[in-house]
Amino acid sequence: MNGLRRTTLLGLAGAALIFQPQTAGAEELTVMATGGAWQAALHQAWFEPFAKKTGIKFNEQEYTGELGKIKAMVETGNVPIDLVTVETSTVLQGCDAGVLIHLDYSKIADRSKFLPGTALDCGVGIDVYGDVLAYDTTVLKEAPTSVLDIFDTKKFPGKRAMRKAPAQNLEWALMADGVPIADVYKVLGTPEGVDRAFNKLDTIKNDIVWWDAGAQPPQLLASKEVVMTTAWNGRIQSAIDHDNRPFAIVWNDQIVEYDMIAIPKGAKNLDLAYKYLAYAAEPEVSAQLGRYIPYGPVLADATPFVPKDVLPKLPTAPDHMKTYLVGDVEFWGDNGEDLVKRFNAWLAQ
Amino acid sequence: MSSIALPRLRTRDQRESLRPFALATPLLLLLFFSFGAPIAALLSRAVYEPTIANALPRAIAALKQDSGAGVPDEPVFLAFAADLKEAQAQGSVQEFAKSLNTRLSGARSQVLRIARNAGQEQATSKEAMIKASPLLGEPRFWAAIREGANRFTSFFLLSAFDLRWTDQGTIGAVPADQAVFVRVFGRTFLIATVVTLSTLALAFPLAYLMTNLRPAIAGIVLVLVLLPFWTSILVRTAAWTVILQKYGLLNDLLLWLGLTSQRLELMYSRTGLIIAMTHIQLPFTLLPIYSVMRSVPPSQLRAAQSLGAQPFTAFWRVYLPQVMPGVLAGCLLTFILCLGYYITPVLIGGASDQLISNFIANYVNAELNWEMAAALSFVLLASTLGLYVTMTRFFGLDLFKMG
Amino acid sequence: MLLSPYPTAAERMRVGALWVWCVLVLVFLVVPIFVPVPLSFNSGSFFTFPLAGLSTRWYEVVLGTDRWRAAIGNSLLIGFGATILATVLGTLTAIGLSDPKFPARRFVVPLLISPLIVPVVVTAVGTYLFYARVGLANTYAGIILAHTVLASPFVVVTVGASLTGFDRNLMRATSILGAKPMTGFFRVMLPLILPGVLSGAAFAFVTSFDEVVVVQFLANASQRTLPLEMFTGLREQLSPAITAAATLMMGLSILLLIVANLLARRSRRIAGAVQE
Repeated sequence: MNGLRRTTLLGLAGAALIFQPQTAGAEELTVMATGGAWQAALHQAWFEPFAKKTGIKFNEQEYTGELGKIKAMVETGNVPIDLVTVETSTVLQGCDAGVLIHLDYSKIADRSKFLPGTALDCGVGIDVYGDVLAYDTTVLKEAPTSVLDIFDTKKFPGKRAMRKAPAQNLEWALMADGVPIADVYKVLGTPEGVDRAFNKLDTIKNDIVWWDAGAQPPQLLASKEVVMTTAWNGRIQSAIDHDNRPFAIVWNDQIVEYDMIAIPKGAKNLDLAYKYLAYAAEPEVSAQLGRYIPYGPVLADATPFVPKDVLPKLPTAPDHMKTYLVGDVEFWGDNGEDLVKRFNAWLAQ
Repeated sequence: MSSIALPRLRTRDQRESLRPFALATPLLLLLFFSFGAPIAALLSRAVYEPTIANALPRAIAALKQDSGAGVPDEPVFLAFAADLKEAQAQGSVQEFAKSLNTRLSGARSQVLRIARNAGQEQATSKEAMIKASPLLGEPRFWAAIREGANRFTSFFLLSAFDLRWTDQGTIGAVPADQAVFVRVFGRTFLIATVVTLSTLALAFPLAYLMTNLRPAIAGIVLVLVLLPFWTSILVRTAAWTVILQKYGLLNDLLLWLGLTSQRLELMYSRTGLIIAMTHIQLPFTLLPIYSVMRSVPPSQLRAAQSLGAQPFTAFWRVYLPQVMPGVLAGCLLTFILCLGYYITPVLIGGASDQLISNFIANYVNAELNWEMAAALSFVLLASTLGLYVTMTRFFGLDLFKMG
Repeated sequence: MLLSPYPTAAERMRVGALWVWCVLVLVFLVVPIFVPVPLSFNSGSFFTFPLAGLSTRWYEVVLGTDRWRAAIGNSLLIGFGATILATVLGTLTAIGLSDPKFPARRFVVPLLISPLIVPVVVTAVGTYLFYARVGLANTYAGIILAHTVLASPFVVVTVGASLTGFDRNLMRATSILGAKPMTGFFRVMLPLILPGVLSGAAFAFVTSFDEVVVVQFLANASQRTLPLEMFTGLREQLSPAITAAATLMMGLSILLLIVANLLARRSRRIAGAVQE
């Protein structure tokens, strides 16, 4: 009898647990980021110190970096997320789809203190990373000197890997075809320019292996599947620092990109979210991320606070900024969908 | 005695005629409410897209008053500016710009510019607006607006077939550099067919052998067959990467055996993708075949042969028809599942091996264009169900038609 | 058993070829599964042979961190929940469908198998939009139900296939002999269709256990499953931790399979007794 009742109680408790949605408490901020070493760095550099300072707890979630789930949340009017980290192009998509709110910069920081292109309507930059070229020093005897060397199959024969997306690759193609960096987006905005970029990519198409997830480039180098690959600098640096891989990074003609953070429409703890954004926009705070992962701050005033040993690894180190292109968000917002389609059609040929 | 027993039998018969449906009811209800209805609602977005119509009430009304096709007159421009100003104030102008951009590439930034100007009272005339955003002076811009004014649209379904409405009002092909989906659908069905046939060639003999083994050994083989099941597709895909890559295990083995003289490019190729998919799908084809084969007494084959039938004839005429339901169930399962693959093609397939689900997932998650995703899903669903019905009709076989 | 009592040379050849082919198939099936096992002991963080060195660091990650432990627990809870529901509902449905008197089968079957055909990402969005409105999003019940929907077609198809060999007269006979329908089902029908039910259940479990897209939409941080744990990490790092998790899961599955095998053999004995 006693045992039976206990079983029933247990069953009921279990049922209650199963049907109960876990929701955040009052002074809690729910943030969704893309996981892995990067999110761990965010946690150490920003989330934890913020929680310590303000007593606001962080409830961290992970996602793949794509906004489909948040769009579904916004459509049902039940948005349990207060902050979300996104790539720049995703900010634009989310802004246009009505998924992210327009930020009120008076509650964050002086918009002019941010690097150009990092304070967008719907997202504010958190770090700077570089799209670079990486290779294995034990495989390539002669070091490439520019990302554009990926187009030189005579000097560097063998398979090479690029991200399976038109962004960055079309820009590099034009640069390799002789278009000055300042004119890249102007040329790419014309049909002839797009043709020109694809024609340039055609010259190495048969030698390209396409990567999709950021973890792939170091893996492709480690397995010697390719002789060189485009990559996000942090991934390669982490393989060098933590796994002692003989990789090297080529910075010339890198494309500078930003990670962003945004607030989904319908977020419940709007004030707390702004409080956090304002905190992270203090120059000294902004510089902390570099301690944990080699990505630079988006605030011009933050550079002095970056630890000296970290600086040379950042995409924004003076040595790395000899020739570079800044990715144009507006351009990709306008032309992204069409170019992706054309890119896919081109891949399939 | 029989006069008492008969009525009881009759009531049982009546109950039995209702029972089959009652047995299926719980699952059917669950499927209908938590799957059928929501998916139907989502798929309906393929033909219902009201964003443009909602954003431009004034401009659309003014367009109806306007004289003809092409670029409209001043009143339409002013109404358009007023609509955009309101949309800007409501924060919905970006959604409109995105929706229009889907139909007309490059429209997004020009619309946003007009909206900003309208907010600052700068767009006061047709001339000024065209000067600010040249696209507004082109007929195709207004053609896209007129098309979008209709809440019900065929745009996305046509796009799924690489078709579109031309300026002349007829249906024509999209430019060659934008034509993707027909090829991808074809590729998806082709790869699914090849994988299905490969799994059948591997699974059928093994299932046959298993039914003829001693139960204890058959049990061990079954464990081996089921083992891959318990490892995640992600892990198996990663394992295939290790095996297939240039300096991977398979190439090492082939070189060592002297079967090849140089390393093969198996990763990021269709061959590699088909090998990996065959591996993942093999148990799905095998298990239904095996469970049906087990119910066929092996003595039948021997009886047929002892009655003088050639082994092949005995197999073809006696055995195969009996195990056909299992073969069909297994192959159908595998074929249909292959149509939905998308993690494996991303990690193992080459650039020209991406399947339709990759594109659908991209539209759902990255482009946030659920209308296009709905249209592609609808085409996939309709063609698969159509194929299923045709197959069952053609072969006169039904998964659930019981002997 | 493959050979007749007095086999001819040609027959020996055929059976020999069959054996060779099947052994090759088994090698193809099993070897890739064991590739991750040595990798899980890799001290480096890449998926490559030769190993950088031997270590159990990835096992410490998987067994020592709350995240992975919770993920394994969630996967098992959701997997078993969905398997039980899908197996029960799917088996009942297949039995109902196998009855010649079943109405409108032509329309019901496509509905039943459509969860297999609709791209899973579309299913995920549709399910989320519905579940969020009825309060099932971010609950275990919601994920279990969604997985039940995805898994049920496997059960219906496999049980349906095994029912083709089932003689319905047996059920009539048991009922004439005075057995209640439930008794008839458990003592006669179930033992005979058990292979179909078990393989349906295996399909169902694996469907849930391997599912990542629907979980991505329906789960929150505390309901993270094993595949989701692997998948979200994919963007950041493809760490050998997933091979360690896979090796552990494989150990568990071998154990489960042996148990299931023993149970099946027991029920075969019962079925044998019924048939005799």
